Amino acid sequence: MSPFLDAMTRVPPLLAAHLLLAAAALALGLTISLPLAIWSARRPGVARVALGFASLVQTIPSLALLALFYPLLLFVSGLAGGGIPALGFLPSLLALTLYALLPILRNGVTGMAGIDPAVIEAADGMGMTAWQKLRLVEAPLVAPVLMAGVRTAAVWTIGAATLSTTVGQPSLGDLIFAGLQTQNWALVLAGCVSAAGLALAVDALLGLIERGIATRRRGRVYGAGAVLLLAVLAALAPLAVPRAPTIVIGSKNFSEQYILARVIGHRLERAGYRVEYREGLGSAVIYGALSSGAIDVYVDYAGTLWTNAMRRRDTPARPAMVAAIGNWSARTSGVRLLGALGFENAYAFAMRGDAARAKGIVSLDDLVRAAPGLTLGSDLEFLERPEWAAVQRAYPIRFAATHAYSPTFMYRALESGQADVISAFSSDGRIAAEHLTVLTDPRRAIPGYDAILLLAPKRAKDARLAAALTPLVGRIPVAAMREANYLVDRDRNKVSPEGAARWLERRLGL
Amino acid sequence: MADSHSTGPSVAFAAVTKRYSGGAVAVDDVSLEIAGGAFVALVGSSGSGKSTLLKMINRLIVPSAGVVRIDGADVADGPAYALRRRIGYVFQNIGLFPHMTVGENVAIGLRLAGERDTAARVAALLDLVDLPQAFAARMPDALSGGQRQRVGVARALATAPGLLLLDEPFGALDPVTRDQLGNAVRALHDRLGLTTIMVTHDMAEGLILADRVLVMDAGRIVADATPQALLAGQGGAVADALVAVPSEQARRLRALEEGA
Repeated sequence: MSPFLDAMTRVPPLLAAHLLLAAAALALGLTISLPLAIWSARRPGVARVALGFASLVQTIPSLALLALFYPLLLFVSGLAGGGIPALGFLPSLLALTLYALLPILRNGVTGMAGIDPAVIEAADGMGMTAWQKLRLVEAPLVAPVLMAGVRTAAVWTIGAATLSTTVGQPSLGDLIFAGLQTQNWALVLAGCVSAAGLALAVDALLGLIERGIATRRRGRVYGAGAVLLLAVLAALAPLAVPRAPTIVIGSKNFSEQYILARVIGHRLERAGYRVEYREGLGSAVIYGALSSGAIDVYVDYAGTLWTNAMRRRDTPARPAMVAAIGNWSARTSGVRLLGALGFENAYAFAMRGDAARAKGIVSLDDLVRAAPGLTLGSDLEFLERPEWAAVQRAYPIRFAATHAYSPTFMYRALESGQADVISAFSSDGRIAAEHLTVLTDPRRAIPGYDAILLLAPKRAKDARLAAALTPLVGRIPVAAMREANYLVDRDRNKVSPEGAARWLERRLGL
Repeated sequence: MADSHSTGPSVAFAAVTKRYSGGAVAVDDVSLEIAGGAFVALVGSSGSGKSTLLKMINRLIVPSAGVVRIDGADVADGPAYALRRRIGYVFQNIGLFPHMTVGENVAIGLRLAGERDTAARVAALLDLVDLPQAFAARMPDALSGGQRQRVGVARALATAPGLLLLDEPFGALDPVTRDQLGNAVRALHDRLGLTTIMVTHDMAEGLILADRVLVMDAGRIVADATPQALLAGQGGAVADALVAVPSEQARRLRALEEGA
């Protein structure tokens, strides 16, 4: 089977989730914006506030809007005594609903304002009540303009729903994000084609309804409406079937995480569990997803939790750090640290080997001297992370410029000379394969980054689950992990994370 | 249908004033009685307050002070929509519902009253305003201006109201159509026994169609007389100035005729 067709086999469940999310957001958006549009049409003051708010929302990048709902819902959940999910469907729904408001509201208000005043005077003069006027005159006259707004909202919502992947809601974005990270273009293409196809199909159906209303053809309106309804019902159907208990495995958005998620998944499947993957979660939200139970298991890195969630600045020895994190997570959220996998994926500064030799740079101390003439390429979050702050405290490094890239493109930038130094990961297969020099950290500014296996609070006491996963503890050496990562990250003969996971399992006899 | 009315209701204004928040006074303390079955023209220049006075009858405008009564009952009692369903209303911009057929437009008052089987009534109403019955299936934008206003009149008369309010009803029509439609409305008034109040800035129209002409200026009634009395110069200065225009035109036309 071609890689594209292979990727397309992953589409149906994601397409269903995508459609449900977008449809729910659009329905909620309509429920809010229709009364608001009517109210706005009657009172200019309300129109100013409502349209101003909706326009403001539109200026927030959709990715940021989704991310903002995570802390907001955590806060609200805290006020309400817990129970409100901060990840997954709810934040995605709310963010997309806000996005859908503007086009519906604006077209509704514009449409109402565009009705000939003589028609309104006639409606009043004939003795229509406010409700009759709305139902018999205003609604039918606004409907074509309003439907144009609904179409815009639908296309925007379906497009932006791909981003809900980052807050743990399955969508066609899962394919796009995973494909981008692993340079699996077939996967990216499958996600894009499906999302675009969905948007076009929904737009065409809504367009039929719009023209049906304008030309007074009821059959078209009901026909297209029925197709949309059937599509939503078909997407809902799998939810109606009772399912076996499922373990949800989380992963962040890079190859190693995808591979380890599959390794965990394979073990659990062999142990008789049904598994589901939530891939591409942001580094900042994934621990919250675990502690709230949105995911059941994932692999994090000691230093990440140490510096971000725990806000520690000291750098103890690696085993002590892992033990301290286990205590902290059990105490604060009930998350169980099952153990370290055996390798470290530390933040490391890397240079092209020839360049490092030519400049005589082997350590971060050497880098201090050379940095003013060099450009730093970092991943998207490194410059905001406490590790970078810690490095800057320990070493007075000032680069000529810094650029942020997604990890794949960061290596490209180093290779092409656009960046001289990058924030690499020590388990990255490309370090060895591309003959990079990893700079030493003589002042121990960067903490240890042991890969650690974490279980959600509700799974903490699940002995069967622990038994299925414990064999992974201490079993994965960094050399094996690097090779597996490189299978996915290299430019030629790429292997899917699934394939790399199988390879790793065979290699380690798991 | 409407023939069952013996005569339309009377309309009375008692010290009616309409003052806008900016301080402008559109209608200034008007008291007036209009007998049932009368055809009254309200004539005045733009801004004289004649449309405002008319719209206070069906509560499209609410007076700042004073009472409007129809057959002795205060129009402010009860909901506005109930009042308006008993009053036919035709205005210059017509306001046909563009998303409804001519037939649906004509039947809208019946529909509001909860009547279902309206096809026969619509046909009869189209006959009444001299439109072919086949027009019922057309959309308003397929009609000429004069045809549209005929539909407007049919729509206003659908529920057989006794009172017909006309606000510059023929203002946007060409002179020929205007004359035809004016005569048609006068004929309907006589045939149905309506009380008709027509606002117009055209004194000739008022003089020709109405039994009684009220001249308004700056919110007040400055003349109240029969067309004959006005033509005889008994309406005062403002009325005389308005009457002078058509009289002078008629005189010159006659002179042209005699000269030829």
